[in-house]
Amino acid sequence: MAYAKNPIGAHHGLNAWLLQRLTAVVMAGYTVFLLVLLLWCPPASHADWKALFSGDFVRPLTMLFFLALLYHAWVGVRDIVMDYVKPTGLRLALQTMVGAALVFYLVWSVSILWGR
Amino acid sequence: MTTAPKQRPKHYDLNLAHLPPPGLVSIFHRISGALLFVPVIPALLYLMQSTLGSEAGWLQWKRVLADPAVKVVLLGFVWLYAHHFFAGIRYLLLDVHVGIAKEPARASAKLVFALGAAATLAIGWRLW
Repeated sequence: MAYAKNPIGAHHGLNAWLLQRLTAVVMAGYTVFLLVLLLWCPPASHADWKALFSGDFVRPLTMLFFLALLYHAWVGVRDIVMDYVKPTGLRLALQTMVGAALVFYLVWSVSILWGR
Repeated sequence: MTTAPKQRPKHYDLNLAHLPPPGLVSIFHRISGALLFVPVIPALLYLMQSTLGSEAGWLQWKRVLADPAVKVVLLGFVWLYAHHFFAGIRYLLLDVHVGIAKEPARASAKLVFALGAAATLAIGWRLW
């Protein structure tokens, strides 16, 4: 494996490329975990469903999943915008809207998991 | 003064049927990613909010999800997620140079489509 660029080090940090992959691994793990959990004990009632996501284990893991998802989506959607939208002003406007949407999703997911 | 760059010929072949399997996996990875950003994520957040928020919301969504048309939409979401998931795993493997040669890369691209369809069918079978 020969990388042109060292993925760790002071000048690179955890760059977007690497974080996109790390967040992917986090989400893949959570996806399998949740599917197994749902197949193992399918929630039969609202109380079951609520208990599932307020668990000491599942709630923080779900939050971690959302954090990974939102960063991953930021890198991915930004890549799409950078590929197809060339005028600087329009690109900036679109990226700002995408960022705002992701911050909105973040606040929303926190309120769903911890609210009420 | 800089001179304008020479106009180079451009050729866009937008017919997806002309792409080899790895190219199809790639473009669908992009399209599914964009659609997951909007509308799938907000739709699922809304679903979580309603079903976790109150017993009434849970019961209401149970009725809504019994509608075959809604199930088909949900299965569409499942396919988008499944394709993105399996294509992503293929890219992670390619990143560490697993299956990087032409033949295995073509085979794994076909496998991605097969697994995406299989996962969607399996979840569809559970839903019905």
